[in-house]
Amino acid sequence: MPFKDFSKGLVKANPLFVLVLGLCPALAVSTSIENAFGMGLAVIFVLVLSNLIISLLRNMIPKDVRIPCFIVIIATLVTIINITFKAYLPSLTESLGVYLPLITVNCIILGRAEAFASKNPPLRSVLDGVGEGIGFLLAMLLISFIRELLGSGGLNFTILGYKLGEFTIPVFSSMPALFFIMPTGAFLIIGLLLGLFKKTGVLR
Amino acid sequence: MNELLALFLKYALVNNFILVMFLGLCPFFGVSKRLSDAIRMGLSVTFVMVASAIITWLIANFILIPFNIEFMENVVFILVIASFVQLLEMIIRKTSIGLYRTLGIYLPLITTNCAVLGIAEINYTNGFSFLGSIASSLGGGVGFILALVIMSGLRERLEISDVPESLKGLPIAFITASLLSLSFLTFGGLRI
Repeated sequence: MPFKDFSKGLVKANPLFVLVLGLCPALAVSTSIENAFGMGLAVIFVLVLSNLIISLLRNMIPKDVRIPCFIVIIATLVTIINITFKAYLPSLTESLGVYLPLITVNCIILGRAEAFASKNPPLRSVLDGVGEGIGFLLAMLLISFIRELLGSGGLNFTILGYKLGEFTIPVFSSMPALFFIMPTGAFLIIGLLLGLFKKTGVLR
Repeated sequence: MNELLALFLKYALVNNFILVMFLGLCPFFGVSKRLSDAIRMGLSVTFVMVASAIITWLIANFILIPFNIEFMENVVFILVIASFVQLLEMIIRKTSIGLYRTLGIYLPLITTNCAVLGIAEINYTNGFSFLGSIASSLGGGVGFILALVIMSGLRERLEISDVPESLKGLPIAFITASLLSLSFLTFGGLRI
């Protein structure tokens, strides 16, 4: 059932809300939809390719040194995305800051490499990577939607440098609840979302 | 000297690694259930942070920059950190089996701790001097211990308090962290 490898990452094994992995970027970069989308895309790129490469090499990598091998593969992919972003999306790179190179140590990527890609054939690993990656992106978009809406009083749909549209709440935007843009708001939103999901049981 | 102190305070309080910059959250929520574990974890992370800041500074300034291979920094840094953590794990396993058992799964996870690679990247991109790198990493480590210890104390109390069913466990931990983070934001007023 290869399709199941894809779909489980979206809801049932959502990396952020169910496995609670990859928190650093999820909290730090989710201040705006633009940042969240950029980070999500970068994570999908690295996750899919690292799953593919590790799955192809799974019988060649010695068991005892597998973690360093995985990390080198992941770090190389992160370097690629880092340089690409720097060249084509300088302003996005600026706002992602140190969190872009830190994708290397994102628990989701190493976690999927260890738990899935090192044991399964390439096609299934890629599907798993795509699913988990999109699950991460969707979760990031949800958090950043709430934070940007409340924290800056409007939404700015800019994706990879292309502006798609804008939306502001009339009176609220002149004095938005800055609280939600600050680190405090990130912890609060994710805590409340986790509680809400637990209460309603939608992720089960 | 003042400059070093300013860097130390900046990363210990103003830009607290956990509560303001979100680096090293996995051990923060995983290990912070008991005070004694929190202190041990905090100390080992601080040790690794300072040591890897020293090593990565030397590598960056004596190998990467002279040979014009700065684009390799991510790969090189993480490799150095990973092998260093592996070494530390071996030493702890040989010297204290109790400590090894309590920290269990989290010791290898220091490798993938954002705080350790984070401080290396921060030192590198900001171009800190050798002593500056040590000051910032020490500050980051102390801030890490501080947040971990405060959080573990709060969580020990939370265990016996009456929390709504759906918020039990992680959700309430996040909300507690949110309030803690709010109090750390006030350090932003420090003029350093």
